Amino acid sequence: MEVRRFDQILAEHPLFQSFDAATIALFAGCAKHEHFRKGERIYSEGTPADRFYIVTHGDVALQLATPEREPLITETVHAGEMFGWSWMIAPFRHSNDAVALNEVRAISLDGKCLRGKCDASPALGYTMFQHWVPHLLTRMQSLRLQVLDLYGVKA
Amino acid sequence: MDAADPMLPRRYRVIRATPEIAGVATVELAPLDGPAVPFAPGQFNMLYAFGVGEIPVSISGDPARPERLIHTTRDVGRASGAIVALKEGDMLGIRGPFGSSWPIAAAKGRHALFVAGGLGLAPLRPAIYHVLNNRADYAGLTIVYGARSPEELLYAEEIGRWKSRLDTEIEVTVDHARPGWTGRVGVVTTALPRALAGTDPATIEAFVCGPEIMMRFTLQALAAAGVPAERSWISMERSMKCAIGFCGHCQFGGDFVCKDGPVFRHDAVADRIAVKEF
Ligand SMILES: Cc1cc2nc3c(=O)[nH]c(=O)nc-3n(C[C@H](O)[C@H](O)[C@H](O)COP(=O)(O)OP(=O)(O)OC[C@H]3O[C@@H](n4cnc5c(N)ncnc54)[C@H](O)[C@@H]3O)c2cc1C
Ligand code: FES
Repeated sequence: MEVRRFDQILAEHPLFQSFDAATIALFAGCAKHEHFRKGERIYSEGTPADRFYIVTHGDVALQLATPEREPLITETVHAGEMFGWSWMIAPFRHSNDAVALNEVRAISLDGKCLRGKCDASPALGYTMFQHWVPHLLTRMQSLRLQVLDLYGVKA
Repeated sequence: MDAADPMLPRRYRVIRATPEIAGVATVELAPLDGPAVPFAPGQFNMLYAFGVGEIPVSISGDPARPERLIHTTRDVGRASGAIVALKEGDMLGIRGPFGSSWPIAAAKGRHALFVAGGLGLAPLRPAIYHVLNNRADYAGLTIVYGARSPEELLYAEEIGRWKSRLDTEIEVTVDHARPGWTGRVGVVTTALPRALAGTDPATIEAFVCGPEIMMRFTLQALAAAGVPAERSWISMERSMKCAIGFCGHCQFGGDFVCKDGPVFRHDAVADRIAVKEF
């Protein structure tokens, strides 16, 4: 089986496509393969957000603990999608729990290391924010629609 | 419809009343005053709950089987509550069918994409039936359905049957769920990219129905994905009285929803659906 290199995989990913080769190589240097079993917790709310993830196979639930009830799943993430965005924004702590809904394979990137590289090279940080803030805004808009409770009788 | 007097309701008897999700029920009706009336997918009837009131409700049955007149209604007030409470054997007055329809027959040869939100699946279902009945005539069939929670998925059993068809692509998503739900969670627009992956957007004919905000964001997402506005259709709701273009109750900019709609082409209403006072 051909083992594809991280830089090849990232270069083809929609969220990385428009970065130049040197930046992709830098990301690839911070990447590793991950494997989670069904039901396994990938991270917990409030813990340091030092890694972020690109799902390559399977589905992940992002959920919130609710008192005296089962947790509430607010979003699911699927193959090709990225999650764990809190690594980009202070205080760098996860704002939800991530749980594997089935067998999940992912690539994780070391956000803490990337933050260090951005501090050393603000131009890199600026490029990253330029690339990903539009995506974050789309996600925020989606969450706003969820909060509006569109399908409620009075919506 | 009685051609002589479109304001005169015809009597129908409830032959089956089925509870759906909470506060929603489906009735199957048979005419007492003559033959079944053909309808086009997307059209609506004025349902008159005797002594209570009359409201517009879309037809949600199979257009190839007009003898089974089917309506799915949510209880939001007096008239809709009376309709949801109907039992087998009860009577109902009906005027219609009225209004424009989903141009599903004209979309022959294209990839039919249905995007439904909440109860918006009911007005789309006749058009979905048409495609399923004539599947070879269409290049593809994709249904994207969003609801508030797994408990509020309308026609869940039927969606399960559609899912098992190899020639139908279905993405179901809910706004939130508790553990145990293994499907997608997220607003309906987040399910579109996956549903459309591998389909040339220029071949898509999109039919969208749901709450107005949901339709607005869906149309934006479709446009961003490259689906032309003249290939996207929506169904509007406004309160109605006459349903035949006389009273002006259902005015929507320069159109009457009862006569010029409820189904509109996106580019014909694009400037209006974002504006509150229309
Ligand atoms: C073309 C068309 C097709 C429709 N198809 C369907 C259908 O298939 N199934 C269905 O259940 N309904 C459908 N409706 C909506 C339905 O007509 C209304 O829910 C109904 O008129 C409410 O009347 P009511 O007397 O029960 O409530 P009212 O006493 O008039 O209103 C009670 C409360 O409900 C709110 N309300 C009124 N109308 C709506 C609405 N459209 N949506 C949400 N809240 C509303 C009011 O603001 C009020 O607060 C359709 C409407 C149109 C115009
Ligand atoms: S309801 Fe009277 S004009 Fe439309």
